[in-house]
Amino acid sequence: MSESGAVSVEDVRRVAELASLELTAEEEVRMLRDLNAILGHVSHLNELDTTQVAPMAQVSEVIHAGQATVLRADEVRPCLHREDVMASAPETDGVFFKVPKVIER
Amino acid sequence: MTVETTEKKPLSIRDIRTALESGSNTAGHLVESCFQQIDARNAEINAYLSLSRERALEQAARVDDLAAKGDPLPVLAGVPVGIKDVLTIEGQQATAGSKILAGYHAPYTATSVQKLEAAGAITLGKLNCDEFAMGSSNENSAYGPVRNPRALDRVPGGSSGGSAAAVAANMAVATLGTDTGGSIRQPASFCGVVGVLPTYGRVSRYGLIAFASSLDRVGPFTATVRDAATVLGVIAGYDAMDATSSPLPVPDYTAGIDNGVSGLKLGVPAEYFAEGLDGEVRDAVEKTIDQLRAAGATIKPISLPHTRYAIPTYYLIATAEASANLARFDGVRYGFRAKDSNTLSAMYRRSRDLGFGAEVKRRIMLGTYALSAGYYDAYYKKAQQVRRLLAEDYLKAFAEVDAILTPTAPTPAFKLGEKADDPLSMYLADIYTVTASLAGICGLSVPCGQSSEGLPIGLQILGKHFDEAMILRVAQTVEALHS
Repeated sequence: MSESGAVSVEDVRRVAELASLELTAEEEVRMLRDLNAILGHVSHLNELDTTQVAPMAQVSEVIHAGQATVLRADEVRPCLHREDVMASAPETDGVFFKVPKVIER
Repeated sequence: MTVETTEKKPLSIRDIRTALESGSNTAGHLVESCFQQIDARNAEINAYLSLSRERALEQAARVDDLAAKGDPLPVLAGVPVGIKDVLTIEGQQATAGSKILAGYHAPYTATSVQKLEAAGAITLGKLNCDEFAMGSSNENSAYGPVRNPRALDRVPGGSSGGSAAAVAANMAVATLGTDTGGSIRQPASFCGVVGVLPTYGRVSRYGLIAFASSLDRVGPFTATVRDAATVLGVIAGYDAMDATSSPLPVPDYTAGIDNGVSGLKLGVPAEYFAEGLDGEVRDAVEKTIDQLRAAGATIKPISLPHTRYAIPTYYLIATAEASANLARFDGVRYGFRAKDSNTLSAMYRRSRDLGFGAEVKRRIMLGTYALSAGYYDAYYKKAQQVRRLLAEDYLKAFAEVDAILTPTAPTPAFKLGEKADDPLSMYLADIYTVTASLAGICGLSVPCGQSSEGLPIGLQILGKHFDEAMILRVAQTVEALHS
């Protein structure tokens, strides 16, 4: 955690870009205030020495410690019908999802 | 037609079964009276976002056919249920409380819902919630807040506010909610109903619109502990469609429910009775603990020393996972797409900016920040390390006690708008519920009293991994002491 602790408006813009969000000027101001308040509270975690602690990503590693993970068989199964899925698409030709052009000429 | 579902005396699953078996009532009649109650109350409470009347009456007709033939009835035959709108039902809307999913109809059904319906339950409709289950007051729904049926100026809690309110207002006999950091237990506490957080892996997440996949769980709300045990028994179990689903067999959760607490060791963690706990909540919980002692339990003071680090740990992990899960909402395959964008990336950004509400954007931003280059170790990895310490706190505690007793929330239901502009203060109110979420253990909230203003107060009972039978047994004792 950065010692200075403060998120800058440039940080907010960089993270918004990473997250594919387009924040308005008003939203940027509020986001800056809220992120700094929350990260200020988060900095309490620095009180703990965790150098010898393994990260825990999943509960199953605690519940089923030492047991092998059971994965389902990798076999071909029927999937959802295309028309059912395409029914919820914002724009489709019935076969593909249509999007604005990706490559500039 | 008489209306069976009065505010004072909710129907139990057992009442329904007896009525259907004896022919004194029909599923069709029960469903109609539930819809009457919804028509009377939902405009002010806003618990239901959509109703599926025709589908429900068809399901009821099938149950009534079975009953008329004298065939054995499945365990939830004729039980009217509501489903939080983050769980999918084929052909039905699934908004997740968000504008970005307005108009979306799911192409498949969640396993938990499929199991309820296979057991004869009748789905009335989909229930309001905080957007993508992110919130503690239900004020983050894009479809308006839910009001607490016990006090209409108060929030019902969140994120499963509609699920708790529907049971509290007799608009369903049971509902499904989801809990990522307290979203079943806290609204159960605020609305004066029972809400169960099953052990991680106990109930399939297939068909649940993901918020934080290592924390998300599906569980029931009911008016009574016995009904919660019955519904949990139906929805629990292995599902090949959820890779984190547990293959452990599902016991009959109602079997030992009346065994009492004599001889049990119940832990009371000092950290949960410290600064910030409302005096009336403390009194109600401590009085209940005294009653459990008088009923034969041994009350043992314990320590969960890392509790004060739980909120920052939770909000880093949950938001990091959310930032990844919610990347799928991009205006391409389903949901809202902003019009008139010239490029693909502009379409992504504008669809997400217009489609997501403020709290969802805040959490995506926090999670993206915690995962971004240069900050990953300091935030996300650090939180995962502290998560292990929090889980180990519980493993140590459960070596000495059978269950743990705490308040569910530090206060009774607060007023609408009271915390809406202060996200950190809203997050801090999750202090007693997030630890169990991080550790993967089971828990529940059961009513244990009320404030001087008549607001419900909940006792949280936490149990070992897959020891739901134990916490239901303790909860049944608490319920009996208070009735």
